[in-house]
Amino acid sequence: MSRTGRKRRGSQARRQIAGLLFVLPAMALVTVFFLIPLGMTVWMSFHDWPLMGAAEWSELHNYELLLKDRRFWGAMEFTFWYTIIAAVAIFGVAFPLALFVERPGRATSIYRTAFFLPVVVGFSSASLLWAWFMNVDSGLFIPAALELGIIDKPVNLLASTDGVFWSIIVMVVWKTVGFSMILLMTGLQSVPSEIVEAAHMDGANRFQRFWRIKLPLMRRTLALALILSVAGSMLAFDQFYSISNCGPRNSTLTAVYWIFTQSFVSFKLGYGAALSMVLLVILVSISALQLWLLRTPSEDAK
Amino acid sequence: MSRRTSPFAALARHMIGIMLAITFIAPLAWAFLSSLKPAAEARQPPLPPWPTGTVTIENYVALDGYGAGFWSHAGNSIIVSLATVILTVVISVLAGYGFSRFKFPFKGLCFILIISTIMIPFQSILTPLFLILSKMGLQNSLAGLVLIYVTLQMPFSIFMMRNAFDSVPLEIEEAARVEGASVMTVLVRVMLPLVAPGIVTVAIFAFLAAWNEFLAALIFLTDQDKYTLPIVAVRSGRYGTVDWGAVQSGVTVMMIPCVLLFLLLQRYYVRGLTAGAVK
Repeated sequence: MSRTGRKRRGSQARRQIAGLLFVLPAMALVTVFFLIPLGMTVWMSFHDWPLMGAAEWSELHNYELLLKDRRFWGAMEFTFWYTIIAAVAIFGVAFPLALFVERPGRATSIYRTAFFLPVVVGFSSASLLWAWFMNVDSGLFIPAALELGIIDKPVNLLASTDGVFWSIIVMVVWKTVGFSMILLMTGLQSVPSEIVEAAHMDGANRFQRFWRIKLPLMRRTLALALILSVAGSMLAFDQFYSISNCGPRNSTLTAVYWIFTQSFVSFKLGYGAALSMVLLVILVSISALQLWLLRTPSEDAK
Repeated sequence: MSRRTSPFAALARHMIGIMLAITFIAPLAWAFLSSLKPAAEARQPPLPPWPTGTVTIENYVALDGYGAGFWSHAGNSIIVSLATVILTVVISVLAGYGFSRFKFPFKGLCFILIISTIMIPFQSILTPLFLILSKMGLQNSLAGLVLIYVTLQMPFSIFMMRNAFDSVPLEIEEAARVEGASVMTVLVRVMLPLVAPGIVTVAIFAFLAAWNEFLAALIFLTDQDKYTLPIVAVRSGRYGTVDWGAVQSGVTVMMIPCVLLFLLLQRYYVRGLTAGAVK
């Protein structure tokens, strides 16, 4: 719309006000329930802030505590490993699935729907389901393994860190892989077929067409899918709260779980805010990385 | 590319597809089928998952013994989810229209502020949110929870709705305005039907997010009778012996709306998923 100067009377001012009024409710919500709390997190992290009683300015005290908080760094380390392994596992499954469901066809669309279905089920439902499957006596995994003769003695999955960890990895792959699959499928389909045909004519085999042509051309989608999966895992909480309750012996404590405990069980709100700041910086860095990877001037920009 | 696939390859492909599809659906089916067994069988491993003897709904009847009555918690979940859907749709339609069709000071800044909140994990602002809700008298209330959920839906929903309005040709609106229709009339009568697909997408995402959300509900709802389904389900399982029959029926009840909604409106859901990937 060019500003040619016509209709510059009251109607234009009125349209400006109308526009402002249209976005006002959204702006109010985002300001009160997001931007102000965001600022408060920074502010609170410099305070000794109990639930009851007055908050006290404490300079960098919370951050000094945080540096020495071995539970927190242990939780960060665990979350970090969980994130990496979950990302590798999800991509390892999502890519073959994306290639499988990429083509058109009635049956294929049914497969696609089936693979995606667990995504819409909540994490708490999925976690409860897994807690049941993982139970030694009444569950599925161990009794089935016994029945099939894979193991000869019952093993309590919940009693070992590995048992909890790998069971939850399986659950997360099952529940979230459909999401990555759809993103990757969109990426694969967005590669212009003429380019792929041309490579075919030039004698590129199936593997080369995928590795040399499709993969580089869909790297924006790849980056997006990877970063969404990483961000999701870094914030893991529901499944560890519901299934293992951070056990055995706090070995599956995640970063968000520790923030939750410090803020809302011990009610050290200032300290919880300082811990949140660490999480915030990490996640915003990931998003910044994403924006950098997705910057537009590239051949596959749409 | 290779359109001349042999019948053997096609057969193998469908065998793999069917096996994988069964694998993905199995956990959900396991819960549903086992929930139909008599409660006494719930302590036995679910092999096979389906009831071998009598089929009963006693696990569903027993659900009412949890929390303040499972069905009253289902009521809380329904209230929270529907309120989130309605508010999200209304507010994001208004904002999407405003951002798409109007010029006003700081428009670009406002849009960027809203969209960029998607980069910031809400898990990191929980403590101040708790204080703000307390100050407003909304802590431990379903209304407070709804406001948080609606806020969290804003970046995605406004992005979707602005794009939806952007894709409607300007001429349609101008024709209506020439005939003397007011701004609101144009929006409701002319534009809404044209952006309906976008509204459906926004509504599905809002519903699923609110229905399944766990952490905020866990923190902000402190009275048992206000718990939403995920909270009462997980909390009941944490202490004492677990009634697996109730877990099976509870999980089934919690997942049915999500599965139905997805199966019925899959097209709109996937459109929302890929909107971010393509733009």
